[in-house]
Parts: sequence; structure tokens; C-alpha cells
Amino acid sequence: MRRNLESITLSVLTRFTALVAVCLALSAPTVSAAPAVTQFKLANGLSVVVVPDHRTPVVTHMLWYRVGAADEVNGKSGIAHFLEHLLFKGTAKNPAGRFSQQLAAVGGQENAFTSYDYTGYFQRTSREHLGTLMEFEADRMTGLVLTDDVVASERNVILEERNQRIDNEPSARLGEQLQAAQYLNHPYHRPTIGWRHEMETLDREDALNFYRRYYQPDNAVLIVAGDVTADEVKALAEKTYGKIERRGAIGPRVRPQEPPQIAERRVTFADLRVTQPSLQRSYLVPSYTTAKDDEAEALDLLAYVLGGGSNSRLYRALVVEKRLATNTGAWFQGTSLDDTRFGVYATAAAGSSLERVESAIDAEIERLLDKGVTSEELERSKSRMIADYVYAQDNQSTLARQYGAALTTGSSVEAVLARPERLRAVTADQVREAARRYLDKRRSVTGYLIREGTPREEKKS
Amino acid sequence: MSRLFAAALGFALTLACADFASAASKIEEIVSPGGIKAWLVRDKTVPLLALDYAFTGGANADPADKPGVANMVGALLDEGAGELDSRAFQERMEEKAIQLGFTAARDQFRGSLRSLSANLDEAVNLLRLALTAPRFDEEPVQRIRDQLQAQVLRGTTNPNDIANKRWWAAAFPDHPYGRPSQGTTESLAAITVDDLKGYVRNTFARDTLTIGIVGDIDADGAGELIDRIFGALPAKATLAPVPDVAMQGRGERIVVALDIPQTVISFGGPGLARNDPDFFTAYVVNHIYGGGSMTSRLYHEVREKRGLAYGIYTRLIWMDHANIMSGATATRSDRATESLALIDEETRRMGAEGPTQEELDKAKAYLKGSYALGFDTSSKIAGQLVQIQLDKLGIDYPERRNAMLDAVTLADARRVAKRLLDTKMLTLVVGRAQGPTKTN
Repeated sequence: MRRNLESITLSVLTRFTALVAVCLALSAPTVSAAPAVTQFKLANGLSVVVVPDHRTPVVTHMLWYRVGAADEVNGKSGIAHFLEHLLFKGTAKNPAGRFSQQLAAVGGQENAFTSYDYTGYFQRTSREHLGTLMEFEADRMTGLVLTDDVVASERNVILEERNQRIDNEPSARLGEQLQAAQYLNHPYHRPTIGWRHEMETLDREDALNFYRRYYQPDNAVLIVAGDVTADEVKALAEKTYGKIERRGAIGPRVRPQEPPQIAERRVTFADLRVTQPSLQRSYLVPSYTTAKDDEAEALDLLAYVLGGGSNSRLYRALVVEKRLATNTGAWFQGTSLDDTRFGVYATAAAGSSLERVESAIDAEIERLLDKGVTSEELERSKSRMIADYVYAQDNQSTLARQYGAALTTGSSVEAVLARPERLRAVTADQVREAARRYLDKRRSVTGYLIREGTPREEKKS
Repeated sequence: MSRLFAAALGFALTLACADFASAASKIEEIVSPGGIKAWLVRDKTVPLLALDYAFTGGANADPADKPGVANMVGALLDEGAGELDSRAFQERMEEKAIQLGFTAARDQFRGSLRSLSANLDEAVNLLRLALTAPRFDEEPVQRIRDQLQAQVLRGTTNPNDIANKRWWAAAFPDHPYGRPSQGTTESLAAITVDDLKGYVRNTFARDTLTIGIVGDIDADGAGELIDRIFGALPAKATLAPVPDVAMQGRGERIVVALDIPQTVISFGGPGLARNDPDFFTAYVVNHIYGGGSMTSRLYHEVREKRGLAYGIYTRLIWMDHANIMSGATATRSDRATESLALIDEETRRMGAEGPTQEELDKAKAYLKGSYALGFDTSSKIAGQLVQIQLDKLGIDYPERRNAMLDAVTLADARRVAKRLLDTKMLTLVVGRAQGPTKTN
């Protein structure tokens, strides 16, 4: 289905970020012939990254804007994502549908996605069409034309998308509440897709205002991965994107930050469709961009030791030994411009309860804070995480995403390249320190998803 | 016409076909010293190996009264084998970053191995153990049983799961295709270790095995590798015959009430066999009707023109014993009736009139040009190698495919559109829909 990569719900966003977080280890010793990544800037400020992959004559072309849901103004939630949809509605030069039809006529595939910190558009085709892709994509950086009719119809589509991703899915609805509760002040409290009552009011002017402000060459990052050279990409980019004039600085991305969280928060959502109660918890933590020293790498490893797969602490304790849960895990959403979240989750087993599950999670965390991680656990986690960077080299789209996400969240190509080595250098003490500092309940929100006892009216949509 | 259209607007006329043919022609058929056949693509670029394989008899081979056995086997093969108990097996995989995947499809049990080249020896060892000496110890069996039961239970209130399960049950009553491949809470409770072992013994065998390999390995190395993994399996599988079957329930609309804001719709009718002379034409017709992810008629009518849904698609599903065309969408509940009527109307129109010449040209161009995108990672290539063999298309299929597309004429497309879509469909509606013809 179209644009299935739009990262909207917690689960999709997490999955996407996890993908990003496991990518690429060009400097890992196991990798001998890693492709050379090249980066440069055009005169108008457009950043360009080229990732060669000559195995198949295809290219992945991605244009990322440094703007997402966290850059929206109050009352207009969902506009970043809505605009992403509307960018397929044509320009003065290329009327609605022409780009997509022409791309389809050469077998190209396309999609787009929106997150808190970025919005991206991508196409995959055989290599010789790269220049044409750039012409079309450059054209819609400034040439978008919208009518009220088109906007009204597409607004129905995003409302259906919200229904599909969130409103039809009890765990997604809890996830939305959890995120809103975690951020009191920072705009990460808004769902990327928007709150329904605000989505219903978004109009043509809202979209165009957002577009004119943020869709500019010096606010964009071009990533080309595939069967190309940096010289080819540079020549084509200058002929297309290079013709767009810089319109003046957008200014630094400064969002309202969170005050120190001093009280644990709890939310409960009840729904008739819940068959087994489950628990989600997140903690406010630094991201790869905001962390000091190696704290983000330590948090990444901590998430793996605590809840990455069936050798993890939580899985062993809750699922295998105590049989309180049927599944459990942990995650760290490291790629983020501002402070981010570290999460744990579990589904209660039949005969168990969320209270028992939660105290078992707390006991495991307590044990980790007290005793730290073993060197054997840490080594196993490192080798697994670093190997994932090698696996990522098999997929040019994965590599392209990794660089795009880094460059739109205040990180860099260099930081991405250095990550495997930095992961390798993390010590058990650093992991325990990070756990002690951040896995503090006062920084957390805990959500219970339970079965509702009595029927209840749904709001008609 | 579409070619001129494309030229006028700038995309180069040369498609990827010529280049791609050379890439695909690197497929070699190898036979191991032990006599096991495989397809191999050598690639030295990335230091990893991708191996995909399939055994005939997936969920079809479940005992009739115990659906879910194959699926449960798939969930347990990496939970202990040979000398290694569950924890030891999992730790070996993690230490060496070895990825083993197991899936019970309807007609096949499928698996995949991904390993860094440096750790290949251990990867081969673990997969050999998993397939030839799975332990099915009490602890992991009970744990996985609990997990699968929880999944099945969750599916009972999920509109997509309900629609899917009920559609297959109505289309194929009294046939393995109509049984839930994940099992039921009752069947999962009844499955014994003997059932699991019996499935492995009867299904994992060399005579129904299909293999695709991609990586930095030559024919000799690959031959040795597959003998080590699969060589100790029985020569012949023991599979109960599965009858061919035609789908039932055409013209029925089944409505399942569920209090959700968005209504989920599954619909479908008979399809074509992969070896039917009209298959390729049907594939092109389906692309125009509902298969093209953002160009199809259904997409245009339901999403682009009216904003009734976020997505809608149809696809051809070809199996060993039946073939269907299957579609799905999710639409706002107060306009579900309108969406259903639109799907009916577009189906009728395509069945009656077929596509236009322009639609046909565009679809053919897309299907040609996009083929290479399915071959740009080792994992994707390994999957293609297995699928092309299962479909019995021949090792030169990637090179012949363009000519097969070129050969589809408008007259063919109209005739096959009628064959495919001039029919009554079986429709499942889950939600607060209006206008039911049969309510459950």
C-alpha cells in the first residue's frame, strides 16, 4: 500500500528507528571492502551524501527535509505529515500525477515518510533515470500548487490513515497517550499524524505556509545510494537542485525543552478488544545528538542487554523463568534531535497480572542498577549490534536511511561511521552508570492496557 | 504510446532490462556431491551469505484436527537442537550474529539463513542441528505454546485477522487452505511433542527441497555447504496428498460486527495457476485493476478521487492446489457501503471492458522496469532464486520475462480480464458496516 513507510505510530516509528540504529559499520574490522561514502554541499546549501553500491544497476534517491511534526505550531498538529501527502499533488510545471505516472512508466517505485524531526521522499529506479528524478524532486521543492478540493479529499485520506494506524488499534492508542504524557513541554508530545480534531481543520493555507517556510535547499539533505559515482551525482545535482535559490536562513531548530521530570506518571487505557493486558513504559533520556560522551551508545547496549531478544534479562526472567509474561523487550530510540525515550514493554501471560509483571520488571532493573552487566553479556551484545551494521550493507535503502536520519537530527556522516567503534569501546561501568542515571522511575511514564469491563460508546467518525 | 509519453517528459527510454539480464544470468545451477540441487549467485561485495530454502508441505501438512503444528515447529526450531538446549542455541546464534528464520507458508515450510562470511561454519552447524535434531524440550514447547495462544487470542479481536481468517475459511471449507495456519487456542493446547516430531520427520526431506544461495562462495563450496546442512535429511518426504480445490462462497458477503471506527474489507475470487498460459496476462490485468500500488483503478477511485481509504490493493495468489485473486481495504465505517459498491463497480467494469491500450502499455512498462528492484540485495536475490524454482519457470526466466510481457496484447488482456473479474466475489466485512446480506 502506498506510503507504508510513513513513520507515524509508536510501533512504526520504533521499528524504523531500530532499523536506523542497527545500520552500517564501515569501520568495523570485519568489513574489508566497504563502499566509500562521499559528502558535499551545493552553493545553495543543499547537503549531499553519495553511497556507492554497484551490485545491481539501480539507485535509491532520497530527499530529506529537516522538518517534522515537532516543528509544527500549536493547534496545527499533523501538518508536516499532511504536507508530505500533498506534495504528490502536482506543481505549476508538472501537474498532479505526472511525476508518479512517469516514474511508474519506467518501473520506478516511490514513497515518503514523516517523523518528528524529518520528512523524506524517495524513489528507486534503474540508474539511468537519476537525473530525471532529480528534476522532478527539485521542481516540487518550490513549485507546489494546491486547490481546496485536492486538500479536502486528501484530508479524508489522512483521517483514514489515522483510523488504520491508531484508532483501530488499542495498543497504538495507549502508545499515543504514553508519549503525550512523557513530554509536558516539548512538541514530541504530539502524535506525528496529528490529533484528529486538529487534523480535521487543516487547510490549504496551513499546508502552503509550512511548505514555504521549510522546503528550501539549505534545509534539505539529498542522499543517493546505488550504482552511481559521486561525480555523476554532483553534476546532476548541480543541474537540478543547484538551480534553486536559497531564500534566507530558516534559523536554528530550537524547540521548547522538557523541564526536569520529578514525578513518575501513569496512564491506563481500557478497551473491549484487549485480550491480554500489556504494559508499556518509557523514560526520558538523551539521544545520540543530545548525549554527553558515550551515554547514547551505553543506552543502546543497555536496551539490548535488558530487552533485546530471547537471551535478554527481561525475557529470561519474565518469560522463561517466572512465566509471568508471553513477551517482553526494551528499546532505545537513539536517533532524535532532542531528548528521546528508552522503553520497556511486556504482555501478561494468562493467570498473571500487570502488577506482577511490573514488579518483575522493576526487580530486573534494580538488579541491573545494583550489579551492572556482565562482561560476557556486554560482549555478546556488542558483537550482535556491530554485526547488524554489516548486514545493513546488503541494502542500499537501509544505508541511505541511516545517513538521512543522522543528517536531519543534528548528527553527521562521521558520527554514523564511528558508531561501531564507539559501541565497541563502551565499558560495563558506563552501561551501569547510564542505567543508574536514566532508569529512574521519576523520569518515567508507565501505561497499562487493560480490557474494558463494560461496553462503551465510540465517538463516531 | 506510453513510451512517447515518457520520452516527452524526460525519463530515458532505455529500461533496465539489458543491464539486468546480465546480472540475472549469473545464476548457476549446482548439484552437491551428495546430489542436492541448488541455485547460486556469487557475490563478493558484501561479506555475508544469504541462503533461502523451502520444503513442500507447510501448514497443509498439519494434521486435520490440529492446525498450527507447522507454525509451531517454525517457532521452535531455534529453541534447542542436538546437544544445545534452548539457551545455549540462542547464545550461539547471538555470539556469532547468525540469523535463522523459519516460516510455515500454506504449501511450503520455508527457511532462511543469514551469516557473516566469517561465521559461516557455525551458521551451517546450527541450521543442520535445527533441521535434523530439534529437541522440543518441555520448557520451550510450553513457552512457545503460550505465546502462540496469546497471538491467536489477540487475533480474535483484530479486524484484519478476523477478515483474513474468515475469508479463507469460507473460501475453502473442508480443505487445508480453509484451516487457520496459526492454529486455534484449542488445537494449540492439544499439539504434542510427537506431533511436532512427526511433522519434522515427514516434511523435512531432500526430495522436496528447493535452495537458493547468494554470497562469496563458489560452486564447490556451496555444494559442500548444502550437503553439510541438508545431507542427513531423509531422502523422501511422507506427505498426505492434498486435493486440488476450487474456491467457494462466490457472491457471498459475510459481515462480522466489531465496534471499531474503521471497517475492514477483504474480497476475492478465483485466480489462475502459475502455469496457466494466461497467467502473465492476468498478472498485468491485476496490476491495472488493483495491484499497482499507486496507479491502479481501485486506488484511483477509492483513495485518490474520494479519500475513502488510506490504501487498497489486490493480488494474485497462486498455490499448489488452488488459485485466487485477493484484495483488501479499510474504510471509514459511515461510508463502507459506498466503498463496497465502488469495488463492485470497478470489478464489473474491468471484467466487462478490460483495460485500455494506454493502461496496458503503462503496466507492461512498469512491470519490466521494476523487476530489477527485486534483486538489489542478497536477501532478495536468495528469495527470488527459491521462488523461480518453486514456480518452475526455468533458470533463464529473468531474461525471458520481458519478452513474455511484450507478448501480452490488448485482446489478450480483455479476454483475461473477463476470465478473472467477470465473476461474483466472496466479501468479508468487519466493523460497523451497513447493508449486510448475512450477519454473523
